[in-house]
Amino acid sequence: MSDIELWALIFTVLTFSLYIGIAFRTRVKDTEGFYVAGHGVPAAANGAAIAADWMSAASFISMAGLISFLGFDGAIYLLGWTGGYVLLALLLAPYLRKFGKYTVPDFVGDRYSESARAVAVVAAVFVSFTYVAGQMAGVGIVFSRFIGVTITTGVIIGMCVVVIYAVLGGMKGITWTQVAQYSVLIIAYLIPAWAIAARLTDVPVPQISFGEIATTLDQLQTDFGLSSYTEPFTNRPMQDVFFVALALMIGTAGLPHIIVRFYTTPSVRAARYSAGWALLFIALLYTTAPAVAVFSKTNLLEDVANQPWSERPDWIRNWEATGLMGFEDANGNGLVDSITSNPETAPGELVVSPDIMVLANPEIAGLPAPVVGLVAAGGLAAALSTASGLLLVIGSAIGHDLYYKRFRPEATEKQRLAAGRIAIGGAVLVAGYFGVNPPGFVAQVVAFAFGLAAASFFPIIVLGIFWKKTNAVGAVSGLVTGLTLTALYMYMTLYGGMEPWFGISPEGIGAIGAIINFAVTITVSNLTAPPSDDIQLLIEEVRHPRLGGEAVRLPDSERVTSGPS
Amino acid sequence: MRVKVPLLVTWAIFGYVLAILLAEPLNEITFIGFPLGFWFAQQGAIVVFVALIFIYAKRMDRVDEEFDVHEEELGSARKRVQRSGGRA
Repeated sequence: MSDIELWALIFTVLTFSLYIGIAFRTRVKDTEGFYVAGHGVPAAANGAAIAADWMSAASFISMAGLISFLGFDGAIYLLGWTGGYVLLALLLAPYLRKFGKYTVPDFVGDRYSESARAVAVVAAVFVSFTYVAGQMAGVGIVFSRFIGVTITTGVIIGMCVVVIYAVLGGMKGITWTQVAQYSVLIIAYLIPAWAIAARLTDVPVPQISFGEIATTLDQLQTDFGLSSYTEPFTNRPMQDVFFVALALMIGTAGLPHIIVRFYTTPSVRAARYSAGWALLFIALLYTTAPAVAVFSKTNLLEDVANQPWSERPDWIRNWEATGLMGFEDANGNGLVDSITSNPETAPGELVVSPDIMVLANPEIAGLPAPVVGLVAAGGLAAALSTASGLLLVIGSAIGHDLYYKRFRPEATEKQRLAAGRIAIGGAVLVAGYFGVNPPGFVAQVVAFAFGLAAASFFPIIVLGIFWKKTNAVGAVSGLVTGLTLTALYMYMTLYGGMEPWFGISPEGIGAIGAIINFAVTITVSNLTAPPSDDIQLLIEEVRHPRLGGEAVRLPDSERVTSGPS
Repeated sequence: MRVKVPLLVTWAIFGYVLAILLAEPLNEITFIGFPLGFWFAQQGAIVVFVALIFIYAKRMDRVDEEFDVHEEELGSARKRVQRSGGRA
């Protein structure tokens, strides 16, 4: 066992024991604790939990590398995956918290109709499963790369840990483990970034110092025949950057596993602040990632560009062994003449997996083995925290919305809790299966899940809160039209051989789908009868900020009364 | 609404106008070592987003108090309940 494997193992065992310890301390006995952590999570802790929930294996491992190959246009991820929180904080979070239920389908069902609830359950489960399969696969990959076990063993270990804390503690266990996982992943991300910033520049704060390196990189890229790094719209046209960023933002605001986290705060006020904390914690990583992208791309180009492959440095030799880097001397001159991250779309002699940019960072910076081990623990924390949040959404959609709300409204508290536990347990098994045998389309579907979420949930929830006349017929027609057109466009451009319209890629079409959804919902609602008085009262109640302050009868007598009763 | 609209306009200006639509001309200007358009797109806009949410939360605190719907006591009372063992 190498030093790196040993340290990765040590950190993994340490952090996993921490997560399991938290699970035993946060066991729950009732459904309110299980689904919404008893509405007792303080704003800052909820912010950290949201941040961990949100930042997946992809954010931690892949994003900086993707940006480093996109240059300026990588801003679609940075803008798209942060800007959505402004929409979430201003338009959704406080109101959904006021509504005070357990799940997103709960809101859709009470606000519109039972058939709308059923559609929402299907959409929530579909979006979450496509996501969670990727996380489980991520756990397996980190295990196999850093600790040297097979991917299957890695997935099974990850499943066992998630089962322990999700089934025992439900949302409460997941929340407090996510707080711990956030701490682990952010430390693991920032330490190598700071060290590398200190090595390359005089300022050890990567956010500030990568400016001067970016200018060096511009020069390196142009010398190497690539486009200047900071020049906009070299990889995607301006309108596409615009629409992809918009689709990712609206999609973020419509993702069920993020929305449910706002139900866990003690007050509406805390829901507003937790959105702020969440984005602050996310921004720590998201402002560092573009710096990491610039640093590692610069290092890579300085080490290999136009140089003989036979004289490559040791860190490249190490990563070559993992299959994440490969060199084919197309013109036989022994030099590295071109680089690509995706040989299918752009040919290049040196093929580099974007993941390497974060994983190899500590080695490039010459940091000792324990830091590399920490990065492994950070990647696992990122993958596990997102997986558990998604599993809870699946568990609650099945245990709460389907079993309790639809089939067994007479179920006792005990049966409901058991149903929630069984649903999460089952979801872990399915997720684990997809983690070991990932369906080929997963990677693509995850990117498009945002577009689908943007075109479906966001418009009808926003209109449901802010426009009383929105009715069930309008919402369902809007949702179905938005979703169908978006999915159809994605399918036609990806598999049907259709040329994208106006240069808008399938990742960006969700923004248009959302606009269509808004338009259809408004038109149809205007043409049909407004919703009943009960529902109009519900909206009044949701828009009134104080919890339990107004004595308004809700359509559902089961409503959990909040406040210190 | 009077709180939200100016904040959403700021969100759109930083996230879309400065970071994307005007990125090319702004890149001619240098700001703490960065081309300005690039800085807005990969740093500045994110910082502004964080600030916007906190400004919103603060302003809503004031609005809640103005209309006497603030829930300070409810929140802290709840915390007390939790601290005393989670049972009310």
